[in-house]
Amino acid sequence: MRYESPTTTKEAVSLLAKEKGKAFVLAGGTDLLVRLRMDMIDPDLMVDIKRIPAMMEIKKSATGFKIGAGVSGANLGKNKALVKAWPGVVEAANLIGSDQVQGRCTMAGNLCNASPAADSVPAMIAAGAKAIVVGKKRRTVAVEDVITGPGQTSLAKGELIEAITLPARPAKSGDAYLRFIPRTEMDIAVVGVGISLTLSKGVIAKARVSLGAVAPTPLLVKAAAKAIIGTKLDDDALEALAEACSAACNPIDDKRGTIEYRKRIAGVLAKRTAKIAYERAGGK
Amino acid sequence: MSGVHVTTTINDDPIEYVCPADESLLDVLRDRLGLMGAKEGCGTGDCGACSITLDGQLVCSCLVLGAEAEGRSITTVEGMASGEKLHPLQKQFIDNAALQCGICTPGFLVASKALLDENPDPTETEIRYALAGNLCRCTGYDKIVKAVQAAAKDLRKQNKKK
Repeated sequence: MRYESPTTTKEAVSLLAKEKGKAFVLAGGTDLLVRLRMDMIDPDLMVDIKRIPAMMEIKKSATGFKIGAGVSGANLGKNKALVKAWPGVVEAANLIGSDQVQGRCTMAGNLCNASPAADSVPAMIAAGAKAIVVGKKRRTVAVEDVITGPGQTSLAKGELIEAITLPARPAKSGDAYLRFIPRTEMDIAVVGVGISLTLSKGVIAKARVSLGAVAPTPLLVKAAAKAIIGTKLDDDALEALAEACSAACNPIDDKRGTIEYRKRIAGVLAKRTAKIAYERAGGK
Repeated sequence: MSGVHVTTTINDDPIEYVCPADESLLDVLRDRLGLMGAKEGCGTGDCGACSITLDGQLVCSCLVLGAEAEGRSITTVEGMASGEKLHPLQKQFIDNAALQCGICTPGFLVASKALLDENPDPTETEIRYALAGNLCRCTGYDKIVKAVQAAAKDLRKQNKKK
């Protein structure tokens, strides 16, 4: 295996494109290096992106936030403006692993690892986050269109994610992410729910609801958003939200939860998540 | 072997080494540099026995490549004591019997130091969350938490005197 640590995105893309063997992008390494050590991958080239300055910074502008692909969970949590604007996204990213893992893990890595249970992904989808993908050309892809199956992404050979963008926080908006795990910390989601919503005169005007760990890919559930748009999140709306979420699930049975259990929990958790997002948006 | 030549700083000492591109920083520390403090428990970032700091950030050295350390600053448990004088955390771990077999201890010490550097007066809950990435399979965690609380107190006193 060769190790390269380019200092520009262009150089990184060119290294990946030129490699005839198996090439991998190294961000935080908290998934990739585990796979390397367990002999699940046999790379010919690893391209470390953490020497590329643009990939290590969080930029705030009028259009929102641009989070470099190498930014660690710990550094997301330290960015006060980001925490204030998108608390749900930061909470989701900060739920991943221990402090040791937080020191390295990245949202772009969480996305490219493409686990159905990736914690930051439903929160990003709810927030309307986009991935800036660079290869021969530069393209912007909605986060929900990046993961195509367990461990599979829509990125072509030679492409990498340079940054994740989050829109500017509209007025009267809030987001939240909750996950259910059998223990209190350090586990993989049985169900994860990300919700972002915007109020107009106390009524939910816009909403995005995303579910994790209940299907081969994280889901954007439009029917669940529809169930709460136009409401003040009254009991009927919450029930409709729960039903839509449970109906959208297409989970597997595993040691963490059965299909039936996951479907039920998705609804329960969606209600709780929506309440937090609604309160953060200033709803009463 | 196509080695990677790395120049870095470990516990304030300039260090150079050559390692294979796929070798972990943990293996470099232990097998090339003779720094045996960091331990390999799981090798997958779950147990924290290999905890070190990299540019001030607490990380598992089993999930860092040796090649990544170029130009960085690393601290390990070997850098905690000043000469013969133990760090207050090390002293309190002994006084509180916060270790039995000792495999997890270097990781706990490094993680506890990282916590106290950021937060000199953590609550018990904060300590337990901060050490959630370190596993101990003999002592149980109460004695470790007590040792960290006692060391935090010692360090606050020390810093007041300064």
